Amino acid sequence: MPAIALVFGTLFGSLIDLNHPGNYIHWGFIQMSYGNLAVIVLMVVVFFAAILIPFKTHKEKGGDR
Amino acid sequence: MTIADPKAPRADQADLDKAADRPEDADQWTAKIRTAAVDALPPQKLLPDRQPAYVASWIYVFGVVTIAALIVVIGTGFVLALFGPNWWHVSSTGLFVNSLHLWAVEVFMFSMVVHLWGKFFMAAWRGKRKATWISGVVSFLVSVGAAFTGYLSQQNFDSQWISTQAKDGINSTGTGALFNVTNFGQMIMWHIVLLPLVVVALVGLHVLMVRLRGVVTPFAAKNETPGVDAATSGAEVQA
Amino acid sequence: MTAETAKKHGKPRKFVQDRDAVVWHGRYEPYDLAKEFLIAFVVVCILVAGLAVVFGSPDDKPVTVKSWSNADAVGFAATAATELDGTSGTATYGPPYNLNGTTAGKLGPINPAKWLGVHHPIDTANDYVLGPLSTLPNQPQVQAAVQQYKAASPEQQASWNAAYEKAVADAKFVNGKLLVPAGDYGPVATLISAETSMARSGALDGALLSSRQFYGTDYTKPLLFIADGDYFANLGSAQHLSGDQWGMMNETGQWPGQAWLWLYTLWYQVGPIGSSDNADIMVFSIMIALTALLALLPFIPGLRSIPRWTRVYRLIWRNHYREVEGRTGSGGTSGSPPQVDTAGREPATVSG
Repeated sequence: MPAIALVFGTLFGSLIDLNHPGNYIHWGFIQMSYGNLAVIVLMVVVFFAAILIPFKTHKEKGGDR
Repeated sequence: MTIADPKAPRADQADLDKAADRPEDADQWTAKIRTAAVDALPPQKLLPDRQPAYVASWIYVFGVVTIAALIVVIGTGFVLALFGPNWWHVSSTGLFVNSLHLWAVEVFMFSMVVHLWGKFFMAAWRGKRKATWISGVVSFLVSVGAAFTGYLSQQNFDSQWISTQAKDGINSTGTGALFNVTNFGQMIMWHIVLLPLVVVALVGLHVLMVRLRGVVTPFAAKNETPGVDAATSGAEVQA
Repeated sequence: MTAETAKKHGKPRKFVQDRDAVVWHGRYEPYDLAKEFLIAFVVVCILVAGLAVVFGSPDDKPVTVKSWSNADAVGFAATAATELDGTSGTATYGPPYNLNGTTAGKLGPINPAKWLGVHHPIDTANDYVLGPLSTLPNQPQVQAAVQQYKAASPEQQASWNAAYEKAVADAKFVNGKLLVPAGDYGPVATLISAETSMARSGALDGALLSSRQFYGTDYTKPLLFIADGDYFANLGSAQHLSGDQWGMMNETGQWPGQAWLWLYTLWYQVGPIGSSDNADIMVFSIMIALTALLALLPFIPGLRSIPRWTRVYRLIWRNHYREVEGRTGSGGTSGSPPQVDTAGREPATVSG
């Protein structure tokens, strides 16, 4: 693990460098960074995906029940 | 007193499993605690291998995803603690482990909130599950506090900013006298000792309560009378 | 179990849909919790590792009194002057640092900061200026200035300070020297010049931290000094971290921050609250109330009915409802008499 981390750390630092002044969306009185907006939108998307995507149970897969 | 061979099966084995080895010891605190615990959460209930048929949605995985993320947070925090608070500023491996810790926290909070939304829309407090709901909300709050002390322990510009700004909010409540966000030593001890213990205890309690009460049943269907036993929803009864 | 509960309480409680739930006596399916946990753990590990490799984490270098005074010597000198004369943010803060102000705010008669009192005493004139300067060796002029200042009357000190603060706004920093327009500042000009040099050398950082003990881990004094200056405040607002920029949610650079603080920081953006002297205690009180509402939701009629009214549960448990209501469509039986056979069966409710 440390060896892999060293490789990642030295070669990449990180693949995408987020160390620049952030970009912000201004919507009415709301000001939000694109990073936070992405996280919030993703949460809503994941929530609805979770309740809409079918969850295959053992029975529906043709299991022994 | 001779004691029978412990490996031989006994006629009263079922009773013995519950109470003390000798009837006169059943009043012992130890025996009473054990009996109460096993009664409340027998093994089949503590680690069940089946769930009601209505537990069939991806929304149900977010509780366990939150716990998995918490374990990664604690594990990466453990590594950061191994090398001390200065390590990640001077080592690229350290910075990587810090990144793991940060993103594990983001995944943890993300999945906890999705779990909260799911439990809200299921009204999961119904049926004697109020304590489960409340312990969940309190876990959320303590987790926010744990993340806050983590941000304060970074020893970089971000922690300087957060501490000098947050002090105003906290001072307004009077707790600034005791909880000094600009005191790095105090904040890091809260972050790596006190709050993780509290979070783990609360989450443990929360999960035990879920096992105790079971997963909340759905609201009545259109052709059901609310409050009547929901036996029409499946031909089989729990075995 | 539930029938016994009903009997024990005599008359069975009325079933309230948003508070109570039935016990499940229907079908069970195998569900491997241990396997689910392991899969979740592996997925989370891969996700976290991926995010860390792709995005990394921020680590902006901290500001020191040294870096501040080197970047903005005039600004530093102006702040140091306010620390000396007791007009800085920290000097006039009030509890828990001193008794010279009411920055922590109050709500009517509720004044928790005042009730808790001073716990982290800071006397800015001595702790930030006169004390550190007194530790400088081989500087007889500075020591004389310190003594002269301490010996003067409060009125004299105030007069020197007021004159100096007006002048330092137009000061220049040339060749390592602070140049202030001529005036009657007494020893104050010497003190602030020496303070600025001490800061630029890094000695002031050390003096502030170790003033009480060698192994200092309490950075309150240097942090509050730094936060009194415009330099630090400007760095913060350049990164959108200020209170009036929804800053509480944000992180340095472009990383996502603390999105879960959205509701806390929202109130600071609301005009009458954000601009009030008591903004902090007002917002905290609002958040305590809202948090209590969230925690006690199960007890609150109306609020606890929202899940049933919004019907998102119909999506979550749609397979269950399809089975129970038959495949004639979900809206088929509304209004018709319930088809559940209740003859001879007691209500099997688990009341909340």
